[in-house]
Amino acid sequence: MNEAALPVAIVNYIALSAVILFIGAAGVMLRRNPLIMLMSIELMWNAANLLFLAFARAWLNNAGHIFAFIVITVAAAEAAIGLAIVVVVFRSARTVDVDEVASLKG
Amino acid sequence: MTLFWTLGALLVASAVFVISQRKPVYSVVGLLVHFAVLAIFYLTLNAEFLAVIQIVIYSGAILILFVFVIALLSSGVAPFSVGPNRMPKAAVPAAALALIALGLVVYGIVRTPLVTAGAHAATSIPGPAGTANVFGSVADFGKALFTTHLLPFEMTAFILMVAVIGVVALAGEETPFVPSLRRARIVEREMREAILRGGER
Repeated sequence: MNEAALPVAIVNYIALSAVILFIGAAGVMLRRNPLIMLMSIELMWNAANLLFLAFARAWLNNAGHIFAFIVITVAAAEAAIGLAIVVVVFRSARTVDVDEVASLKG
Repeated sequence: MTLFWTLGALLVASAVFVISQRKPVYSVVGLLVHFAVLAIFYLTLNAEFLAVIQIVIYSGAILILFVFVIALLSSGVAPFSVGPNRMPKAAVPAAALALIALGLVVYGIVRTPLVTAGAHAATSIPGPAGTANVFGSVADFGKALFTTHLLPFEMTAFILMVAVIGVVALAGEETPFVPSLRRARIVEREMREAILRGGER
């Protein structure tokens, strides 16, 4: 067996990543609970990460690993700040429904 | 081959589980399964360090953060039919539209010729798992992280510091940075009364 070859063709990884990305996007657009929306965003981050690692493996170039590492860091920062915003909005408006929180609409 | 499709099906199923649950806690459990399967997926791609990081950072840190916030907010107080946990009304047509869009994207991807191996210089070669200095091993990753990509690595420290300061400034106790809606209304009323009194405070 060729050591450099991927388990399956790279296009399968792209398709799988696109499917997960779309599921995450659907979650952000359909659900009105900010916590589930943040989790959907995490799904999308991970879909991108999967593709970084698949291409890193296909090209045997570990720059993709570094980029996936940066993405994980940024995702952690985003989750922390996003959840802090959710807590602040709940304290101020006593609800977390993103349709109810519309005071910036003008 | 079989492993890819088994793991892929698990990934998609857990992702659908995450966005289709009423209660956020169930979504967290689905996300936990998703991240665990993803870690196995990374192992099949020779990304040993990233697989460990996936478990430690995502399952260990981020998901616990979600669980704490869910416990803090108890967002299940409102009835499910009207509260934030309500399910979308037009879920079926929206899902159909999303599926059509997804089909178009995947079709486009499959039809596009892709440049794969050989286009970029390989940084290292793969070898048996657990050995040092083969592609994706911790030593290989660490060497790349601390030599070629040192600047991005140091910038992650800055990003995390900004995140920590941001979270403390936002959610810290009695913070002056976040005016609450109630406090804003009190200030507004005081100003209106002052104006009605003829400007004398």
